[in-house]
Amino acid sequence: MAVPSGAPHRAPRRAAAGKDQRAERTLGALAACVLLLIAAMVVTVFINAWPSFSHNGLSWFGSGGDVDTQLRSMEEASPLPGHSPYYFRAWPLIWGTLLTTLLAVLIALVVSTLAAIFLTEFAPRPVRRALEPVIRLLAGVPSVVYGLIGILALAPFINDHLISNARKASVAYVVQLNGADLMTATLILSVMITPIMVALIASALSVVPITWREGSIALGVNRWRTVVRVSLRTARPAIVAATVLATARALGEAIMLAMVAGSHGFPANPLDGITFLFEPVRPLAATIVQASGALTISTVAHTLYAMAAVLLVSAAMLSFAGWAAKQPLKRYGIRA
Amino acid sequence: MATELAPAPSPAGLIVVRPRRQSTAAWPLVDRVGYWLCWATGIALCLIAVAIVLFMLVKGISYLRPSLFVQSPAPSLQQSQAGGFLDPIVGTVILTALGTAIAAPTGIALATWLSEYGRPPLLARAVESAIEMIAGIPSVVLAIFGLLVFSQTALGFLSQKAANGSVYGRSFFAAGGMMAILALPLIVGATREALSQVPDRMREASYALGKTKASTIWHVLFPAIRPGMASGVALGMSRIIGDTAIVTILLGATLTNEGVGSLPVIGTLRGTGSTLTSYVYNNSPAGEGNAHEKAYAAAFVLLMLVLALNALVTRLTGGRRERASGRSGDSRLIRLGRLVWTR
Amino acid sequence: MDPLIPPPVRRIAVERDPRIAAPPPPGANGAETAQTPLAAGRRRMARPEGIGARERMRIESVWLAYGENWVVRDVSLPVRQGEVLALIGASGSGKTTLLRSLNRLTEVTAGAARAGRIALDGQEIHDLEVNDLRRRVSMVFQQPNPFPMSIFDNVAYALAEHPARGGRRRRRSAELEQAVADALRRAGLYEEVAGDLGRSALKLSGGQQQRLCIARSLAAGPEVLLLDEPCSALDPISTATIEELIVGLRESVAIVIVTHNLQQAFRVADHVAFMHLGDLVEYGPSEQVFDRPTKQRTRDYISGAFG
Repeated sequence: MAVPSGAPHRAPRRAAAGKDQRAERTLGALAACVLLLIAAMVVTVFINAWPSFSHNGLSWFGSGGDVDTQLRSMEEASPLPGHSPYYFRAWPLIWGTLLTTLLAVLIALVVSTLAAIFLTEFAPRPVRRALEPVIRLLAGVPSVVYGLIGILALAPFINDHLISNARKASVAYVVQLNGADLMTATLILSVMITPIMVALIASALSVVPITWREGSIALGVNRWRTVVRVSLRTARPAIVAATVLATARALGEAIMLAMVAGSHGFPANPLDGITFLFEPVRPLAATIVQASGALTISTVAHTLYAMAAVLLVSAAMLSFAGWAAKQPLKRYGIRA
Repeated sequence: MATELAPAPSPAGLIVVRPRRQSTAAWPLVDRVGYWLCWATGIALCLIAVAIVLFMLVKGISYLRPSLFVQSPAPSLQQSQAGGFLDPIVGTVILTALGTAIAAPTGIALATWLSEYGRPPLLARAVESAIEMIAGIPSVVLAIFGLLVFSQTALGFLSQKAANGSVYGRSFFAAGGMMAILALPLIVGATREALSQVPDRMREASYALGKTKASTIWHVLFPAIRPGMASGVALGMSRIIGDTAIVTILLGATLTNEGVGSLPVIGTLRGTGSTLTSYVYNNSPAGEGNAHEKAYAAAFVLLMLVLALNALVTRLTGGRRERASGRSGDSRLIRLGRLVWTR
Repeated sequence: MDPLIPPPVRRIAVERDPRIAAPPPPGANGAETAQTPLAAGRRRMARPEGIGARERMRIESVWLAYGENWVVRDVSLPVRQGEVLALIGASGSGKTTLLRSLNRLTEVTAGAARAGRIALDGQEIHDLEVNDLRRRVSMVFQQPNPFPMSIFDNVAYALAEHPARGGRRRRRSAELEQAVADALRRAGLYEEVAGDLGRSALKLSGGQQQRLCIARSLAAGPEVLLLDEPCSALDPISTATIEELIVGLRESVAIVIVTHNLQQAFRVADHVAFMHLGDLVEYGPSEQVFDRPTKQRTRDYISGAFG
């Protein structure tokens, strides 16, 4: 092989290594920037939340008075008598958040698991092919459309057909029942978080090793029990992950709940019996949206940042809880 | 009992039994109830989806007029008669374009770094956790954080200054920036998934030919993962289009898109406006407009837009013939599940 | 006869059953049965056909197909308790399909078809409830597949799901514990795991896992045990343990074993059925099939001319 004469050989490897290093450093720097941005966001939220917490102490989480009155007093810059301008008792909002999130996740968990089992085990092929686009469709509907349907269709329906006038009269002295309430909010929230749970759980069920499923069938255990005892058990990490994801989504849902759950920050009382389902609630995220018009006022801003801080911490705790729930399962060889 | 080796092609005279799917008739009642519940949920989900689509279809089409697309919203007492939603549509387009323009390159670059480089490992894990955290942050929190950031005097050029000197902080720039953060996890996730599907031998072949890593990524990997990247970007876009909280808080909530200053494009981006989502929100009973008809019409347009985008994503992810990991038997839904569950 | 037939390494030694007459000493049969290397050194008593063996399943003129391909053609065999039936043959001979049809596992595949009659204790298996059938005719697979649960839960699995108990699982009841211990003893695993039955089954070695699967199958008290190449994924020592186990079980359970390992078939089987491309070429007592095969194709296979 003749060596070409004339043009000098550069040292390609060194130049190339330099180019590679530059690329790596640039991308690494970008990654670090994004990381810093996120960290800055978290820190800023907490810094801006501090005044509200410091003025209220731990009773920020307690109850005492009406949230709407407190917010309005901040907006109008006229503090309530005997209280600081930052006076705020968030319990009704926290309670509303807990109620809607937990109930919706519970309903969605049951529904999604059953639907995922249906999708992977029992559905005949044409039904399966029809169900998948349906689930994708439900996942894609924007939350404001869900809110619109809720406030203009579901809430009036519940108002007219499920809440009797007698019930309305019985609580009229405290709160108005008009269909925008816990039940509507929970139902729509469940529909919103079901699709992603179904996708995750079905994905996990479909990769359960066929040797286990076949072994169970060969032992004379019918398909339902095989799914419940073997497949679901194997898919438990995915179910945990799906629940964490769904809870995070439900926690952060602001717009749909702002439209549907009732504009009254009222702590729904389970001791009211069935009426409990029809009482309005207002979760934290929805309150942030609804009060955001007054963000220029510093007291309001600090209070809202405090709520955001609570949401951030909850999301972080959720992630941790999800991680912790998966650890014991590793003992039996169920890998996540 | 032995037969000769000459094969008879079929069992002449014997009844052939082709067993069908096993019935559940002999199952215990508890199991049968479970079976029926599964069927019931499957059917119920279908019914709900059909109900939603039909409802929006009926309501939307009944209130949809071509004039709505070309008229700007006009404030008036007769909200149901006056104005259309041209500005919100333009606003949606602008915002989505801006958000995607920021998020797509950033997301792809991040995903590439995480997948192909990833050193030092501590930084890589931290970035991964950060991306996961963003995915879990409610958009409301992003919105009010954005307000804080863009209200700083230093960033006043990205929005406008109010009369008393404080920065307004609400503009397309502000909303676009936060939307980019919103879409980032989806783009990163989809790109990483696509990169992980590319077999190592492709990379090795390129290195063996003397190409640098950067060159390999640009010339070999990116063309190979184009459908995956595109689907990630489309997912991010549909997330941006569908979000309302950031728009409500960071876009100023003016009916029409009001620019600021005299520069043509920058002026609009510095200004306030509305998008389809905030338009629907404002016209619903929760907002101030209280014009149900317009809300339905706009919601219908919004829904169609998002569904069309998601259908595009499906086509992109489902259309791949060759799958390196051999999971070709999976349905698209199950692939969507894996896509979202990025670990 | 055939210098190509490899001599056996070892025959499984079993206690001599006094009811069975001793075989004729080597060489007493005369010139037609010249002693082969295969027959030399045999210590095991083959159970003569018909004596003391109770017929459990009868396969009559069975044809099996996947789609339009007839994978098994016109096979008739008896399956008896008290003996081990080995199905041997090259890949694609249909032996595994035939085995799987015995507990109707072929029905799980779409497009499977069957003609002919398979009877369990006189009843056509298609008329039985399928899960009931599978509890009576139990299968152990090639790859050990213990569930991701504890050893106890694995063995108790079939028992716990028995609908006769109303579907309720009574964890760790004395009855269940006894049954699990019995099954583990029969599978020869009890001593090794008795210390901690709550351990994850996946932590056992390959041979132990396979014995666990056998225990799991035995727990429900089956009448027939189907083994699909149970030792092909195991090392020789585990293989030997399981082969001894199989021979020990044959009195209480009818055993059908599919194997492509001729030495294994020779070691454990009482009757052998040789299948080729879906047809049953030869069936008979194992000495006869291995030493004096009547068909040329059998002779070819056993001597290793193809495989």
